[in-house]
Amino acid sequence: MDFLRPSTWEEALAAKAAHPEAVPIAGGTDVMVELNFDRRRPPALIDLTRVAALGEWGTDGDELRVGAGVPYRRIIEELGDALPGLAMASRTVGSPQIRNRGTVGGNLGSASPAGDAHPPLLAAGAEIELASVRGTRRVPAKEFFVGPKRSVLAPDELIAAFRVRPTAGAEQFAKIGTRNAMVIAVCSFALVLDGAARRVGTGIGSAAPTPLRATAAEEFLAAELDWESRAPVPVAVAAEFARLVAAAATPIDDVRGTAAYRRHALSVLARRTLTWAWGGMR
Amino acid sequence: MRVNCTINGEKRQADDVWPGESLLYVLRERLGLPGSKNACEQGECGSCTVYLDGTPVCSCLVAAGQAEGRDVVTVEGLEFGRVQEAFLSAGAVQCGFCTPGLVVAVHDLLARNDKPSDPDIREALAGNLCRCTGYEKILDAVRLAAR
Repeated sequence: MDFLRPSTWEEALAAKAAHPEAVPIAGGTDVMVELNFDRRRPPALIDLTRVAALGEWGTDGDELRVGAGVPYRRIIEELGDALPGLAMASRTVGSPQIRNRGTVGGNLGSASPAGDAHPPLLAAGAEIELASVRGTRRVPAKEFFVGPKRSVLAPDELIAAFRVRPTAGAEQFAKIGTRNAMVIAVCSFALVLDGAARRVGTGIGSAAPTPLRATAAEEFLAAELDWESRAPVPVAVAAEFARLVAAAATPIDDVRGTAAYRRHALSVLARRTLTWAWGGMR
Repeated sequence: MRVNCTINGEKRQADDVWPGESLLYVLRERLGLPGSKNACEQGECGSCTVYLDGTPVCSCLVAAGQAEGRDVVTVEGLEFGRVQEAFLSAGAVQCGFCTPGLVVAVHDLLARNDKPSDPDIREALAGNLCRCTGYEKILDAVRLAAR
């Protein structure tokens, strides 16, 4: 096995083009587990921790561009105000040791249906920036995931960054697990209420082959919310939103929970996050 | 491959490193530093916690080559002080397997926050599993060390 150690983004893209079978490694919180347990023997690793550009974030017009190598800890500390939903989700990732090292780019690269960063990125309408020696393209988070642990990432591409417009409104994230810390989501839900655009964004985790948006629920709620007067959400509207969110999921029974439980829990998370988010805007 | 890094203030070199092996393996098996314990190998238990460039990480999740040129501090490199003394006097050490990881995690917590609340302590130690103390004495030890 080779260990490739690019020090610039150009070198990293050249390495991935020359070794498309090579596995990129940043925080190592997924890749090293597979290596330690002999589940994977890639011909090469590409260490991305020396590519300084991946650890940077900044504004680009009205968008935030966050390098794929920014670890959860820095998302929480440096981007908590601008991206509160993603910061909330980041706080639920693993332990301090894992948050110190794990990255949103790695989460996207693994493309697990349970990835904690995915629901808030979906809800916020984020775009994922993918790059190769052929050039750079942007893919909406909604189109990035194509199956369990599968994404549209081409063999010669690396995840450069994600881009998102900070919301003029409220963001929430909630996750069900069997304990408070160090747990993979049984299911999770992210909500964005954008008062300026009168837009509702959702993201569902761990309740379908991929993370996904509940578009019918978004459209229903955006039409029903009283954006003008910010009047309380009628109970029937919250209930229907919750029902539509649960209906968008296609969960399975597995070791962490049953499909029926996941559906029920999602409806509860949808109703609760709506109450919290709308309450925060009123 | 060869890996060069600074460990506990000394320049160290490990040879014949397989690129897929972990920093934890290098520390324990190649450099004779058995303080960091090898248990879960998946970042769940925290027994292998070390400082990498000043940040606590699970050394089982760091590829050996990622440590090239970096600064590593293991439990062996921490000066004996209030954290270790508090663990001893509170009876927070039973079999001792989780202790090195906990000592590093608590050392980091107290460096950032010298008056941690109980929720602060619980959050800081959420990544360190112990199978015998029941945690109460560990919490006592952190409160004692913070005093």
